[in-house]
Amino acid sequence: MQIYLPIAEVSVNAFTLTGLGGLVGVMSGLFGVGGGFLITPLLFFIGIPPAIAVATGSNQVVASSVSGVLAHMKRKTVDFRMGGVLLVGGLVGSGLGVLVFTILQRIGQVELVVQLCYVVFLGLIGGMMLQESVRALSRSRNATGGRRRSHQHSWIHRWPFKVKFRTSGLYISVIPPLLVGVAVGVLAAIMGVGGGFIMVPAMIYLLGMPTKVVVGTSLFQITFVTAFTTLMHAVNYNTVDVMLAVLLIVGGVIGAQIGTTLGARLRAEQLRILLALLVLAVCGKLALDLFLTPDDLFSIATGAG
Amino acid sequence: MRALIVALAILAGGPALGQGAGSTVPETGGILPTDEMGWPLFPDPGQPRSPIEAEERAMGEQVVAGLSNASVSITTSFDGSEILIYGAVKREEPMPEGDLDVIVTIEAPSQPATIWQKQRRFGIWVNTESVRIGAAPSFYAVATSGPLDEILDPAWDSRFRISLPQALRAFAGTPDVVDTRPFTEAMIRLRRQNGHYRLQESSVTLVEDTLFRTDIRLPANLIEGDYKTRIFLLRDGRVIDVYRAGIEVRKVGVERWLYNLAFEQPLLYGLMSLAVAVAAGWGASAAFRRLRRS
Repeated sequence: MQIYLPIAEVSVNAFTLTGLGGLVGVMSGLFGVGGGFLITPLLFFIGIPPAIAVATGSNQVVASSVSGVLAHMKRKTVDFRMGGVLLVGGLVGSGLGVLVFTILQRIGQVELVVQLCYVVFLGLIGGMMLQESVRALSRSRNATGGRRRSHQHSWIHRWPFKVKFRTSGLYISVIPPLLVGVAVGVLAAIMGVGGGFIMVPAMIYLLGMPTKVVVGTSLFQITFVTAFTTLMHAVNYNTVDVMLAVLLIVGGVIGAQIGTTLGARLRAEQLRILLALLVLAVCGKLALDLFLTPDDLFSIATGAG
Repeated sequence: MRALIVALAILAGGPALGQGAGSTVPETGGILPTDEMGWPLFPDPGQPRSPIEAEERAMGEQVVAGLSNASVSITTSFDGSEILIYGAVKREEPMPEGDLDVIVTIEAPSQPATIWQKQRRFGIWVNTESVRIGAAPSFYAVATSGPLDEILDPAWDSRFRISLPQALRAFAGTPDVVDTRPFTEAMIRLRRQNGHYRLQESSVTLVEDTLFRTDIRLPANLIEGDYKTRIFLLRDGRVIDVYRAGIEVRKVGVERWLYNLAFEQPLLYGLMSLAVAVAAGWGASAAFRRLRRS
């Protein structure tokens, strides 16, 4: 069934879009990533103009995150205090990121910087997570004793402005989570994604949060940051296509519920290996695009650009 | 994945692409006018550079034509539209000697565009050089009654801006590349691949050198605006008469309402988009909870 999108001004198959949304929704519920890093490139592939893909993608991420965060709230796996701190950082970072994006656009190298960002970050994070989770998995399999200490003191515990994050069982300075929020916000605005795939590992490895609350808390932050981004895009550039968003959302919300249910059944280590493999796969695909000779050396960008 | 999509695009554009494999762009060298810097100039195709003189018209043949639709409404289920263009040659004297031909063009409103070329730098492919086109139609179709390069004299093509390369207009500023031709050729090639530029050679049926008709399919990915239709009557490669008509392409219903809201009340529109997203997210969550409980 073909459907004409009023803002994107293209006609696309409604079922393709719903399916795409569903796929990304499963990721969202399973891993606590907004799925923006998948949906935005996928929308490019089916011929949605990039600016509209980015803006509408963030609108779709709002829906799947709301759906996911509600499921996590039921299971009491959202650390609201930590989420709030990350959110404040995220909004500041998002503002900064938009500024950087505008500068890049003026130089004319947005596409390249975005792609390089993806390759570098996805590669680093995917590799790190894979190594860590494989080690954790083999440890839990062959060792009965020698369990890792749940609480390790590091540089993070020496910073001032300590706050108790009860749900996470942490007593750390607010500065590291604030910085994580800002960094994620900047990258999210430049790369046009929610930023969950960066925030989740940062929360686990930098802040030392327990995996159980990481997903819900990151979804909480993503919901608000992407809502803010969607509004910015709608007001400043008129690039949110609500028709496209609804189709993606219909698939996405159903997918998110399936993903959350699946996530409750899988073990944390397995979940992390899956996410690591997914991140590495996307990274590999983008890296190939950069290194292999493209099908056509020329491309057209409409608008005054 | 990308290769697959390109393949699909080629399949979909099959009939239009069928005639000219390889270099499909007619040679334009030498006939494009240039400015003092030597860059080709592209004036507005709507305005012939010089009107048809009275003596050139003296052959006494005129074209009268009609369109199946004077307007196209874009609804939610809009999936392209077939336009039938038909007409006849009006004569007050006996038919003169020479080959008679008809060319029909449909042109969408123009937009500025930038054509980028990638080059390998430090092992990766980077957009390095670009050419900005001040105005290029987002859709342009040419239907002819015979092979374009045989029925149309290049000088007349340049005067009325009929063929595809002529449809691109005015570089925005002085291009910073030495040779712009690979860029404009790439633009035409890419747009032909996705079906937005079409050359339908020999698709105009001409009966008894008097009646003609052709179908031009407007693609689903249309932009709004006033589309220009031109019907050229040619004898021995020279344009002897032109008939012009407009096609109004407009969004209607929900499409219209959403589009207006997005551009006139962007904050309201943004909030509405968010409300839809939150409601859908919450609704699905609630529905699944109930489903699991029962």
